[in-house]
Amino acid sequence: MDAVTQDTFKAEVLDAPGKVLVDFWAEWCGPCRAVEPVLGEIAERNPGVRFVKLNVDENPQVAQSLEVMNIPTLLAFEGGQLKKRIVGALSKPKLVEELADWLA
Amino acid sequence: MAVTERVENYPGFPEGITGFELADKMKRQAAQFGADLREITGVVSLEQRTGGWLVVTDEETVTARAVILSPGVEARKLGVPGEAEFMGRGVSYCATCDGPLYRDKEVVVIGGGNAAVEEGMFLARFASTVHVVHRRDALRATAIAQERAFAQPNMHFVWNSVVRRIVGETKVEAVDYEDVLDGSQHTLPVSGVFFYVGQLPQTDFLRGVAELNDDGYIVTDNHLRTSRPGLFACGDARAGLIKQIANAVGEGALAAIEAERYLDALDFEARQTSAGVAAPARPADTNL
Repeated sequence: MDAVTQDTFKAEVLDAPGKVLVDFWAEWCGPCRAVEPVLGEIAERNPGVRFVKLNVDENPQVAQSLEVMNIPTLLAFEGGQLKKRIVGALSKPKLVEELADWLA
Repeated sequence: MAVTERVENYPGFPEGITGFELADKMKRQAAQFGADLREITGVVSLEQRTGGWLVVTDEETVTARAVILSPGVEARKLGVPGEAEFMGRGVSYCATCDGPLYRDKEVVVIGGGNAAVEEGMFLARFASTVHVVHRRDALRATAIAQERAFAQPNMHFVWNSVVRRIVGETKVEAVDYEDVLDGSQHTLPVSGVFFYVGQLPQTDFLRGVAELNDDGYIVTDNHLRTSRPGLFACGDARAGLIKQIANAVGEGALAAIEAERYLDALDFEARQTSAGVAAPARPADTNL
């Protein structure tokens, strides 16, 4: 997954016309690492959707402005609008279920 | 283990190691010897079948002649208003996951055991103030953990108090608590609430399958055999006295050996049966 930063967040997420899923993570977060391969698999099956990650340690302003207070948090955007917020590491079937409406 | 900030009581790591690193090393070591790992996958049910067990996970169905259960424990919820509502908006059960997101903010830790105090110390690195609300007038944490916590300048203890409600608009803004000695009500403005009020064994899927004790922990004998054949248990969710990684690892080794013995015995019986009734009388077999 490509990384976005506070400098690129506007252009790559908020101004992006399509669907973008942002994975808020950090090095020290074990559950974040567990969720990454699961997201990778979902990303592979949904080539029309962009999956990116944002390191909350290096980009605290973005996390703060979007009220991300737990990680991993997944924020699903469409046309720059926040459509869905998923907090915590979910198993693959649960994550797929949670994202189904948004991916459809 | 993976959400413990620093593990200092596991042998072989004199400088301590983060829970995540230790878990990662264990995983890689197991994989090296052929273990096939499934991560963040839950077991839905477990059923006995002729010749073994059927394990249904939320992704697949696996059959096995023997199963070692090690479902572990999860943070207990306190059940106060606002707790579920603000999950992900200031309510957390994992300081090591979320602590750094509370840089220069005020947070509250609820609980008085080792986890509450140690995770509170971790939060104190980031937060401006860490309030610890405890329902008694003394901590249950070890002496060394208490000593460190009392010496931490930005740790503030609220004794004999119980949190009644978490308040806020879209995210946590404060907690309301009650002083249990005089019944007075107070409000503590905070951005984060971290719960450390005990643990619950993750054994719901075992109800009616294997014997559990009144608190939901799995009952075993000294060989870590559960009430059902071919089903073994180890770790924090087993009814034992000590909840430590070193203990869980030791139990894991014992359970693996016992499971192997169980399988060997099954194989031996199968060989005898297939060899026919005369087999046990053969001199070669008596030497086994």
